[in-house]
Amino acid sequence: MKRTITIAALATAALALTGCDLGPKQSTQNGYRGTGMDQIVLKKVALAKDDVPAPPYDPPSTEGPRAGAAYKNVQVLGDVSEEQFTYTMAAITAWIAPEQGCNYCHNPENMASDEVYTKVVARKMLQMTRNINQNWNKHVGTTGVTCWTCHRGNAIPVNYWALPEPGKKGIIGNLHGQNEPIPATAYASLPNASLAMYLTGDPKTDKSIRVVSEGMHPTSANKLTTMETESQYALMMHLSQSLGVNCTYCHNAQAFKPWNISTPQRATAWYGLRMVRNTNAEYITPLKDTFPAHRKGPMGDPFKVSCATCHQGKAKPMGGYKMAKDYPALWGPPTSTPAAVPAIAPAEPAAPVAAAVSTATH
Amino acid sequence: MATYQNIFTQVQLRGEPEAGIALPPGSEPRIGKGTFNHLMGIIGHAQIGPVYLGWTGVIALICGFLAFEIIGLNMLASVNWDPIQFVRMLPWLSLEPPAPKYGFSPFVPLAEGGWWILAGFLLTASILLWWVRSYSRARALGMGTHVPWAFAAAIWLYLVLGFIRPMFMGSWAEAVPFGIFPHLDWTAAFSIRYGNLFYNPFHAFSIVFLYGSTLLFAMHGATILAVGRYGGEREIEQITDRGTASERAALFWRWTMGFNATMESIHRWAWWFAVLTTITGGIGILLTGTVVDNWYLWAQEHGYASLYPDTGVIDPATLDNTGMGSTGQ
Repeated sequence: MKRTITIAALATAALALTGCDLGPKQSTQNGYRGTGMDQIVLKKVALAKDDVPAPPYDPPSTEGPRAGAAYKNVQVLGDVSEEQFTYTMAAITAWIAPEQGCNYCHNPENMASDEVYTKVVARKMLQMTRNINQNWNKHVGTTGVTCWTCHRGNAIPVNYWALPEPGKKGIIGNLHGQNEPIPATAYASLPNASLAMYLTGDPKTDKSIRVVSEGMHPTSANKLTTMETESQYALMMHLSQSLGVNCTYCHNAQAFKPWNISTPQRATAWYGLRMVRNTNAEYITPLKDTFPAHRKGPMGDPFKVSCATCHQGKAKPMGGYKMAKDYPALWGPPTSTPAAVPAIAPAEPAAPVAAAVSTATH
Repeated sequence: MATYQNIFTQVQLRGEPEAGIALPPGSEPRIGKGTFNHLMGIIGHAQIGPVYLGWTGVIALICGFLAFEIIGLNMLASVNWDPIQFVRMLPWLSLEPPAPKYGFSPFVPLAEGGWWILAGFLLTASILLWWVRSYSRARALGMGTHVPWAFAAAIWLYLVLGFIRPMFMGSWAEAVPFGIFPHLDWTAAFSIRYGNLFYNPFHAFSIVFLYGSTLLFAMHGATILAVGRYGGEREIEQITDRGTASERAALFWRWTMGFNATMESIHRWAWWFAVLTTITGGIGILLTGTVVDNWYLWAQEHGYASLYPDTGVIDPATLDNTGMGSTGQ
């Protein structure tokens, strides 16, 4: 009896130590043999299909009169056909505000009006989407992104972040900007300001995340301390967590630094980090005065994007499904002059036009 | 059926507690008269005490307690003195060393790492005094000083991590935080920063001795337990006799692997493996960042990092300064 109990206890302890990811796994080798470069995921995770909504109706013609001519105050999508415009509006409604409908962004009395702040935000988001699809093909390839990639039926994407509050003085309630299990650090005790450090700021200046020295011996070129390295480590944990992959998806763990033993995905991620910085700096942060207080973080900045915002635990968002192909309006030429970003409840930027109201139904 | 005391036999002797040999002149009195505990008797000797604490023991305990309190109260303060959060968050909480801007200055505001320096100082004082105590007790018993020197080997690694290397690097920020997950994250960040610590040969030595220690411990422990039925734990009484547990133990290894350690040498093997774990580990840490900054490159230079086929991936930073895709902006 004693022996049975002992064996049962040992078996239970051994099972507990496995981490309990029971179920069949799928293993994919993605590097040279013997380097541990493989991705092991639960089959039910690997095969799980993301919910991708079908187009609202069969994609209409891209010919015909332009939306800019048909409606007033169409600043971004003015270059697409009228039919495409209506179709895109219908899709956006289903992606972002399926419950609230058109009125989530529009004043039903005057569809052209910018008085609802969400319409101003949506315009900026359309510019952002076009910027990503046009200029960041090194990251999004020909797959592109749609509003759904991040929003998934929510007005606010599920995975967002905001600037953390500055460190407190003294020791009471002061976690020194780390030692807190939050998603941005993959629940590690790593610094929680790493997203702010690497995913914001002027996108024209490159923010290097490189910590390893170029040479064998110490020089004054790299004085980075172990403590400072933790911020970079935290960002890498964020990437790993957001994509549902481990380090070896991009790196040969032999040495994280050399590119010639890394996988092509590492270069894709390199562009991705810069795409996120560009997105936060050029499209999210300028909306600071547009968003009401309850849509901002503790530092009064708008909710920002990270890798998790699109990827949501997948190496390719929605398993790489090419959803954006059905929405040519989201690929259109980038607008050369960014639209003005009025504050909440500004003066009417354009005179309301009755025709716009009557035709822009969706 | 009663046999001599070890974990497989249940007989515990009871009588007047054994006081031990007379202490040398100048010693302080031992504390307590000695008592017996049945549960302790199952895993070791049933007699508890008397204890020789001495002034080194008293001050070591006080310093250790103060260090423990500083660390614990700092952690408790960091969650607004909330005991529930303290328990819930304990693995994440830490007492961090000073930031890089303070260099290696001993004068750091308490809230910004000063408490870390103070806790480290008190913990070090406690450990060193405990070392003195272990040395003086070994001498008082007329023993060799193998235990204190083995302890010193561990203290060496501790001091390298928390004091000697930060001193050479000129920054407290190189030191290890006090905390469960934080010290693990420090370890990983350290390896990342210095180009993979696994290519540090002294780290490799340290692992060899660490794993070697466990192997030797398993071999020795198993051998002695296996001859327990012949009274194998009374090693030294049997060393010169034929047919004893000792001879069987020796023969077992000679038959299975051709070579056997002796009753004496097996303990030297174990001792050296154990102390070399931390001695080589400390050397490896001390060389990192002071002499070698990228262990992967060092290992390539010395021909022991495997070369894997080129994947053809090119650093995008060398292609494109804007960081944009093909068109730029």
